[in-house]
This record gives sequence, C-alpha cells and structure tokens, in this order.
Amino acid sequence: MSWSWSVWPISNLVMRSALHKPVTRLYPTERRTPYARTRGHIEFRIDNCNFCTICAHKCPTLAIQVNKQDKTWAIDHSRCILCSICVEDCREGCISLSPVPSPPMRAKEVLTFRQEYEAPPPRETVAVALP
Amino acid sequence: MSNTTIVPFGPQHPVLPEPIHLDLELDDERVVRALPSIGYVHRGLELLAERYDFIEMANVAERICGICSFIHGQGYCQGVEQLMGVEAPPRAAWLRTVWGEISRIQSHVLWLGLAADALGYESLFQHSWRIREMMVDIIEETTGGRVIFGVCKVGGIRKNVDDETLGRVRQRIGEIRVAFDEIATIFREDPTVRQRTVGVGLLSAADARALGAVGPVLRASGVVHDTRQLGYAAYGALEWEPIIEQDGDCYARCLVRVREVDQSFDLITQCLDRMPAGEIEVSVKGKRPTGEAMFRLEQPRGEVCYYISASGKKNLDRFRVRTPTFANIAPLIHMLGGCELADVPVIVLTIDPCVSCNER
Repeated sequence: MSWSWSVWPISNLVMRSALHKPVTRLYPTERRTPYARTRGHIEFRIDNCNFCTICAHKCPTLAIQVNKQDKTWAIDHSRCILCSICVEDCREGCISLSPVPSPPMRAKEVLTFRQEYEAPPPRETVAVALP
Repeated sequence: MSNTTIVPFGPQHPVLPEPIHLDLELDDERVVRALPSIGYVHRGLELLAERYDFIEMANVAERICGICSFIHGQGYCQGVEQLMGVEAPPRAAWLRTVWGEISRIQSHVLWLGLAADALGYESLFQHSWRIREMMVDIIEETTGGRVIFGVCKVGGIRKNVDDETLGRVRQRIGEIRVAFDEIATIFREDPTVRQRTVGVGLLSAADARALGAVGPVLRASGVVHDTRQLGYAAYGALEWEPIIEQDGDCYARCLVRVREVDQSFDLITQCLDRMPAGEIEVSVKGKRPTGEAMFRLEQPRGEVCYYISASGKKNLDRFRVRTPTFANIAPLIHMLGGCELADVPVIVLTIDPCVSCNER
C-alpha cells in the first residue's frame, strides 16, 4: 500500500499545528487565569470569627480544628478536599474559597490562626463619697 | 509436555495507565490463554460507607474513579434518593445529565488518546488530549473542579449554573465539536488505525451476551443495550438511540466511542435547549435512608450497578459497586485467546480498563 503525505488524514492537522502558535503555556512564566468558580484554596480571616466550631463539625475530612478556649482556628491543607461546605456554613463570612490554587507543599503543615488576646476595657470607677 | 511459555503482562506496562496483571500463556507468539490478577490499587472505599454519614459519603463515592468521578457521585446520590423516596428537582436532573455527558466525552476522548498511544500514533494521542483539555475547562468553569466535580449531593446538586455560563458552554461545545470532527475522521479513515485494529480481538454478539460484557464492548458486538434507556435523570425526555457497531473487533469498539462522543454533543445541546428553571435541590434534613436499593447507570465504560442497604441510621449498612471494568474482564480473557502477543496491549485497552474503579 502506498500513501503519499497529502492523503494521510492527519496531515492537515499536523501541518496546521506546526505553523500555529503552541497550545501549551510556558509555565511558570505564563500562568492561566482561573475561572471564577475554580476551587483553589481555602482562605480564612480571623477578624470576625467567633469560634463557633460549625466549620470543624461540618468538615467531612476533619481538616479544620477550632479551639474555643485558645481562640485558634487551624486548617490542614493536605486533608482539605475543597468541598467548600465550611464556606457555605460560616455565618460570619470568615472562610472563603480563593480561585488561585495553593502553591505545592514542601512538607505537611497545619496553618494555624490565633486571635490575639484583647484585655477587657477597664471598669469605670464611680466616685463614692465617704461619710 | 507442552511448549507454551508464560509471559507476565503488567501490572507496570507502558501501555497500561493503571495496574492490571495478566499471565499470558504463549505458544510461540500466539496467546493460548490469559489469566488475570487484580488487586493492586484496592483502597477499601466501600467500607467507608459504614463509617461516614450518608451525606458525606457522596464525596467518597465521587473519588472511586478520577475519570467517571461525577457519574459515581450521581449514581450514589440517586440510589440514596431512591431509598429515601426523594426526587431531585428537574433542573438538578438536567444539569446532572449535562455533566454526565461532559464526563462521557472527556473519558472517551481520553481513551481515544490512550488508544492512539497504544498504536504508536503519538501525534494523534496529543491532539486527542488537546481536545479533552477543552472539555476539562468546561468542567472547571461550571463546577470549579477539573477532576472531582464536587457538585452532586443527596437531594440535588450543590451549585447552580446561570444561563450566561450555559450560553458560553453551548458556544464552546460547538467549537470543540468542530475540533473533534477532525480527530474522528482520523480514527475512521487512517490506515494506521485500521491496520492495527480491524479484525483484532473479535467478540461475537452471542459471546458478548454470554460473558456479560457491558458498555461500548457490548455495543460494538451489535447488541443494543444502553442503561441510559432506563430513562434516569433527563434521558427519558431526550431523543437518542444507542450506538452500535456489528463487527465486534477493536476497530468497532473504537468507532462506538467516536460516535458516542458525537451523540453526547447532541445530548448536551438538547439539554441546554430545554434546561428547566427552578430549584436545584430538595431538603433531606431529618430523613434517613431505610431499606435496600439497586441503581444502575451508564458510565463511559458501561453499566455500573450500585447496591445500597440502610437501616435508618446516619451510616449505610452496605455500599457495593459493580463496575463495568469488572464485567468486561471475562470478555477480555475470551478475546485474548488466540491473538498475537503484539495485539494484546490494543485488545486490553479497547475494554477501557479502569482498575481504580474496579478495585475501589
């Protein structure tokens, strides 16, 4: 069977690809823009957190640990499956899902946030006239 | 004394994406008998059903396989919904159908690339995966994930897709279809593909039925059987016919998948045209599954069966999956008998073996 190059069904596609700019990107210098819905990584802001522990209870992989006494909130990104249940259930809006993928982990680490201790405001002293 | 030689094939082999082992008994270069052994990637996912809440278990079910992840999640959720007497809202059912067909396209195109690789056709392999990447982008835009969709839940779906996004999906499906037509022409007409696949790994319709083949392997032997005909999700309302080929060889199995990709584009377009509005989930709060349910779905690789047993507790009593690869191993062993050693990788690949599914 003799076939010339022009009759191979893939010839046109190969020629077009050879003359076209590459389909792939020059990663990491050129990075793709993630879609708005892309599940990248979980972000946490401790400002409004009241340590209700709902996120820790709802997390299916137990990636989130919350300590009410110490006022700490911790996430183990290696356990997180980005299901975003914590995002949906957080009443204070402290947890959000970023579309940017988290960088590769060099070692297993647990990211811990701790709310700084705030001294209660001083009690107002009322001057009482002594008899 | 026989002159046969036993040659091990796999579990690590350049053509196998996943580990399956075959002991090939050879008479010169011809396979006399093949003996499979599996169990290299067993993870015990079924047992997790007894530990996890039945709602959380949908996440585990989706992780049975990386290629047909959504369909596993859908099968689990629909099985539990059947047990609880809950029906997902129409929009959820139709979106599940769209995602199921997107999943089928990316699985078939991935397989076509792997098949081209097994044939030694590297450029066709790369071009097939270029098209698959476009489908994966649609998955990412609509669900947020590229492999694990994470949108199916008991009672419906977790994320709605707005009409603007669906419009973009429709436009891109049209572009991908044009790109896929070029690849499909190569699979249909290229002499390299035909010479390696025509007349190789023959499976007659009677053997396919008797050995319990499912999916494209069964349909390529001329048997009209597609579980989507049961009409689950939105399939009952769509216009389509199962794709069949008559020859029962590797080429026919390849053509069935090529034609099924075309059909899936049609089904997605039909769904997008007739997408109902409304709610995407019904509440299952306070309800617990009770009893036994069997649910069947059509995966890209064939029919998958889910058996779910529950007794009103938050954990299921038993969750069992019969995957299409398991059903296709017996036909594979039959097809390997009498073939040339050089044809073994192509025949093994044409059942689209998903060992992770198979061993769970």
